[in-house]
Amino acid sequence: MAVLVDENTRVVVQGLTGKEGSFHARQCASYGTKVVAGVTPGKGGQTVEGVPVFDTVAQAVAETGADVSLVFVPPAFAADAILEAAAAEVRLVVAITEGIPVLDMVRVWSVLRQSRTRLVGPNCPGVISPGKCKVGIMPGHIHKPGPVGVVSRSGTLTYEAVDQLTRLGIGQSTCVGIGGDPIIGTSFTDVLAMFQEDPETRAVVLIGEIGGSAEEEAAAFVREHMTKPVVAFVAGRTAPPGRRMGHAGAIVAGGQGTAEEKIRALREAGIRVVETPAAIGEAVRDVLRGQA
Amino acid sequence: MKIHEYQAKALLARFGVPVPRGEVAETAAQAEACARRLEGPVVLKAQVHAGGRGKGTFHHAETGEPLMRPGGDGPLPGVVLADTPEAAAALAHRMLGQRLVTVQTGPQGRIVRRVLVEERTGIAHEYYLALLVDRSLGRPVFIASAEGGVDIERVAAERPQAVVRIPAHPGIGFSPWMGRRLAFALGVPPQQVRTFVALAASVDRAFHETDASLVEINPLVRTTDGRLLALDAKVNLDDNGLFRHADLAQLRDTAEEDPLEVEASKHGLNYVRLEGDIGCMVNGAGLAMATMDIIKHHGGQPANFLDVGGGATTEMVTAGFRILLADPRVKAVLINIFGGIMRCDVVARGVVAAARAVGVDVPVIVRLEGTNVEEGRSILEASGLTFQVARDMTDAAEKVVAAAREAG
Repeated sequence: MAVLVDENTRVVVQGLTGKEGSFHARQCASYGTKVVAGVTPGKGGQTVEGVPVFDTVAQAVAETGADVSLVFVPPAFAADAILEAAAAEVRLVVAITEGIPVLDMVRVWSVLRQSRTRLVGPNCPGVISPGKCKVGIMPGHIHKPGPVGVVSRSGTLTYEAVDQLTRLGIGQSTCVGIGGDPIIGTSFTDVLAMFQEDPETRAVVLIGEIGGSAEEEAAAFVREHMTKPVVAFVAGRTAPPGRRMGHAGAIVAGGQGTAEEKIRALREAGIRVVETPAAIGEAVRDVLRGQA
Repeated sequence: MKIHEYQAKALLARFGVPVPRGEVAETAAQAEACARRLEGPVVLKAQVHAGGRGKGTFHHAETGEPLMRPGGDGPLPGVVLADTPEAAAALAHRMLGQRLVTVQTGPQGRIVRRVLVEERTGIAHEYYLALLVDRSLGRPVFIASAEGGVDIERVAAERPQAVVRIPAHPGIGFSPWMGRRLAFALGVPPQQVRTFVALAASVDRAFHETDASLVEINPLVRTTDGRLLALDAKVNLDDNGLFRHADLAQLRDTAEEDPLEVEASKHGLNYVRLEGDIGCMVNGAGLAMATMDIIKHHGGQPANFLDVGGGATTEMVTAGFRILLADPRVKAVLINIFGGIMRCDVVARGVVAAARAVGVDVPVIVRLEGTNVEEGRSILEASGLTFQVARDMTDAAEKVVAAAREAG
């Protein structure tokens, strides 16, 4: 088992013929992911390394049975691409695109919350279930199948945590990058609920950062609903207030969203919060030993 | 993106939000002429990208000594009244080119290059009205209070019931009931409710049509002659939305930003200058924040946040190096790259090329991890440059903190 994506996942890549799209689609396919279709309006009928390209997502879904869309479309057109995927009723949209205007995401989110399509991202590295399926831009080879679920607002910081786990011989069930934007389709809480239900997942790593209140909401969820242990790290203790730290969503505004508040909330929910990112792997090892 | 108050008011006025009559002045003579055209007592407001101007104080740009009101009548604040055009000129002369220090500027303050000269109005009541994106709800929310003119975050913390919140509707847009709910909750007199609703509708339109992330009117005043006016206004624009608003992108005032941050933005780098002495260059925003945190954890002070992007090309690394080293406070540098898709050997070659091109005279600690890491490390070691190669993040943080101490 794993969450969101597995060996049966069939992926359509929106923006397959672009530089990013073609490169990462190839990487996903070589990891073993079933990349079954691409969509680029006006390029229907072409193929990219054997993958058929369609003009619309609806055609791609009808012809290939794709159930997950991976979006590499540039920011100006990304909201429309996500809405098109939802209209074609794919089960999951993973949006890698960084820089989508927040009011575009307000519209997208108002449609998606009432649809059967789940959105992961935008501005995220994607989702990987090691050994089964990779739908994203993360380096596949640092992952290893195993019992730890990873959920994170970051990209490379997640790779860092995964790399530590793998070096310690600890594999991952699924790693979900939920994205660094202020409005994202899937929250920490959504993914924690999936990990709690997933029989393969025995422990969870949660990587948060400054801005918003997603970590506080996650803490409340863990306290109420989770029996599996959670190890957390929150980035941005040293970030100055009022400044955006790279991610559009990483900002302490009006005294809200500080790392201290988040760490306090997580600790009060019984979550083990590590002091430095270098300590994530060992903390997970300790937690798993405690279970054995 | 932040814009000035005078720009925010002009923008809101375009969408029908009533604002005081006024003009922006860059010289004392212009301020005097503005005051003359307004035909009456005026208020002068220093234009900087920071709040707390009314309680802020002016200091001499070079000497830093406090500046007084004309006649030595107490310290000179960022917002002052002038009864005559001559008085406006004298005040503007004192303010322009000098340094305004407020609770939001930090002790170094901001140089004031413009003052907004506005008509004065009799105030019957001060309200608060804002529209901003609520991240948890995933939609914009109106926030209003009958207690305007003060710090709304304090009101919200002390008396949450004094703050009204109405979510905007992403599909339908603004509906008049939203404005009525706000108006009646605020105790706006019945004869002014329609005006208030129209004003709220204008705020909503301005917000959506400019891709704003915040429109805040504090205070929104009811005047003694029965009008509603945006006495102060703040508008933040979504950086990600600027590509569809070439006119609004022009409102950026780079003089309000750190010169190194302006330079970094030209190269597509995310750089934020901090107070410490350890420069850091990292790929990815989360890892960059975590690197700052681990430096602090080991007793050091980061000089900056610098994210060269998940991909970290040679060009980005070179530009990043130049910006880091342009900060005279930097005594040591930590480069922390997790090479994923981008291989470590490629990153290492980039770092070596950048160091050669820029010329580095401070200790540089490099921590590489990920794909082809061994090859990457040997490229660094064979370069003949004095890099210290770190095993992991902890080792890197300890090494760079020690190097900065030695240099200190």
